[in-house]
This record gives sequence, C-alpha cells and structure tokens, in this order.
Amino acid sequence: MTDTATTWFIIFALGIGTFALRFVFIGIIGDRALPPWVLRHLRYTAVAVLPGLVAPLVLWPAATGGTPDPARLAAALVTLGVGYLTKNVIYAILSGAATLYLGLYLIG
Amino acid sequence: MAASSTKSAYWKGFRDGIPFLLVVTPFALLFGVVATESGLNLLETMGFSIVVIAGASQFTALQLMNDNAPTLIVIASALAVNLRMAMYSASLTPYVGKAPIWKRAFIAYFMVDQAYAMSIVTYETRPEMSVAARVAYYFGVITLIVPFWYLFTLVGAMVGQSIPPEMALDFAVPITFIAMIGPMLRTPAHIAAAAVSVALALGFAWVPYNLGLMIAALGAMMTGAQTELWLERKART
Repeated sequence: MTDTATTWFIIFALGIGTFALRFVFIGIIGDRALPPWVLRHLRYTAVAVLPGLVAPLVLWPAATGGTPDPARLAAALVTLGVGYLTKNVIYAILSGAATLYLGLYLIG
Repeated sequence: MAASSTKSAYWKGFRDGIPFLLVVTPFALLFGVVATESGLNLLETMGFSIVVIAGASQFTALQLMNDNAPTLIVIASALAVNLRMAMYSASLTPYVGKAPIWKRAFIAYFMVDQAYAMSIVTYETRPEMSVAARVAYYFGVITLIVPFWYLFTLVGAMVGQSIPPEMALDFAVPITFIAMIGPMLRTPAHIAAAAVSVALALGFAWVPYNLGLMIAALGAMMTGAQTELWLERKART
C-alpha cells in the first residue's frame, strides 16, 4: 500500500482534478457550446472505464491468488443482471453479495 | 415574493433528496470499510470523502493503490472515472450558468450523481424556475446527501477494522462497480462501449503501469461514440 505522503498527494490531486472537471463548464466556459464530437465521447467515459477496471478483478481475484473463482464469477454475473434489469444499484449490490456468500458457503 | 419562491424551491429540493440517502448511506459505509481494510487511516479515509466526494473514483483510486500502481496512473484512472462530471457541468450550465461565481463554485464542489440527476429533471420539467430558485433547489437536494456521505464514511471507517476476512470484502468493490455499470447500459452504444472496455482491459492486462486500462477506456469511448453515430445514420436511412 502507498505511503502517507503519496496518499495525501493522491487525495488532493484527485480533489483538485475532480473539482476542475465539475467546474469547467459551469464556471469557465459558461453558455458557449462544445463541439458535438467531444460530448459524444464524454457520454461514454464512465461506461468505458468502470467495466475495464472491474473485469480483471472478477476474472483473476487477488483473494484466490489470481485463479478464477466460481463464487465470485457468479456474484459478478448476478450483480450485472440485476443492475441491468432493475436499474437499481442497491438491489444489484444486495443480490450480488447474497450470491457471493451463498457461493462461498456452498463451494468454499 | 421572489424570496418565498426561492425558499420553497430549497425545501422541494430538500424533500427530493431524501430517497437518495438510501443509495448514499451504504455506499459511504462501504467506502469507509474498504478504505480502512486497505490500510488507510481515519484521516486519509475522511480526506478522500471530503476532498473528492465522488464514490466511484474514490474506489478506483483505492483499488489501484492496493495494486501498487504508479501514482500518476492512480490519479489519471480515477479522474477518467469522473469525466462524466464534465458532462454534468456542461448540461447544468444553461440553467445555472448565470448564478454568481461563488455559488457556481459550490455547485461544482457538490456535484454528485444524485444532485445532478434530480436537478436536471426538475429544471427541464419546470422551465419557469428563476436562476435563484434553481440554485436553491440544488442546495436543497444536497443538504442531507453530502453530510450523510461524510458521516457514513466515518462510521464505515470506524467499524471497518473489526470485520473478519471471511466476509470476502475484497469483492465489495467489484460488486459495487458492477452494480453501477448495470443501470448505465441504457443504449446499444453504451453496451458496445462496456463490452470493448472489458475485452481490451483483459487483452492488455499485461501492459505495465495499469496502462491497459487507459487503452481500454480510450478504445471503449471511441466505440461508444462510433456506435452512436452509426445507429443515428441507420435510423435516418
């Protein structure tokens, strides 16, 4: 894990950067319009970053030393399915957690 | 009269913000727990929630710090997750862009998903609202959400150390992210972007410094944008 100075550097860099992203249009650009191609790419940022971040964690979990784990895989699939169908983050988290614990209980 | 309509807008926002506490509270708890499990102390954990107030990017930073990724990669990846805030900022500008700059600065600091989502729906359905009323409404929405975010991060951080490893909390972060991804898959373009993101992230997992994730994100954004254009062209012909 990262040392204290680096951790605080990350916290403040992330804080300033995030504020800049939140402030950029509302504070500085004002009413001027953005090129459509920029907006078109910005629309997909969250959905472009999060799945890529999660995929290796699901497939090669550190807790099992990087070996695919049926309980974790099942939990991931159930979470995605429930989240997609219900559009409700909390239901998805709860059903994913329930699947994980059931899986670990049955298999582990 | 203007003062009373501003006041009622504030209280409407306050009431509209209450249901979101159900989402914010467990999410904040989880961040507090996972952050202390990863070895952050109480002050650092609170620092994240107060300085950054953006759950998904906080989890991203935490995950990459656990992986011992280089500092620059941690910051770049977590900021990439927050690029959507720039979208929020752009979309709120026509409604509150004329408010005093210091108010806009506070709007920016408090710009969380729930505040944005609730406000934009209200502004769109009630075009007669004054700029002052819109700002008051926004601050009403975040009045409980943001303190709950701080408070429950603290609670999570305090109970975190007492949670045993059998709880498999290592998987809390992936589950939380996946739960957020599900509702984001609104259009075929979003689904295509997510699929490309997964494929490229796994395919480029061997690239050092977690740069594989950056490659995956860029490829996925281009996929989303191109799919959107392609679907528009197809709809027209």
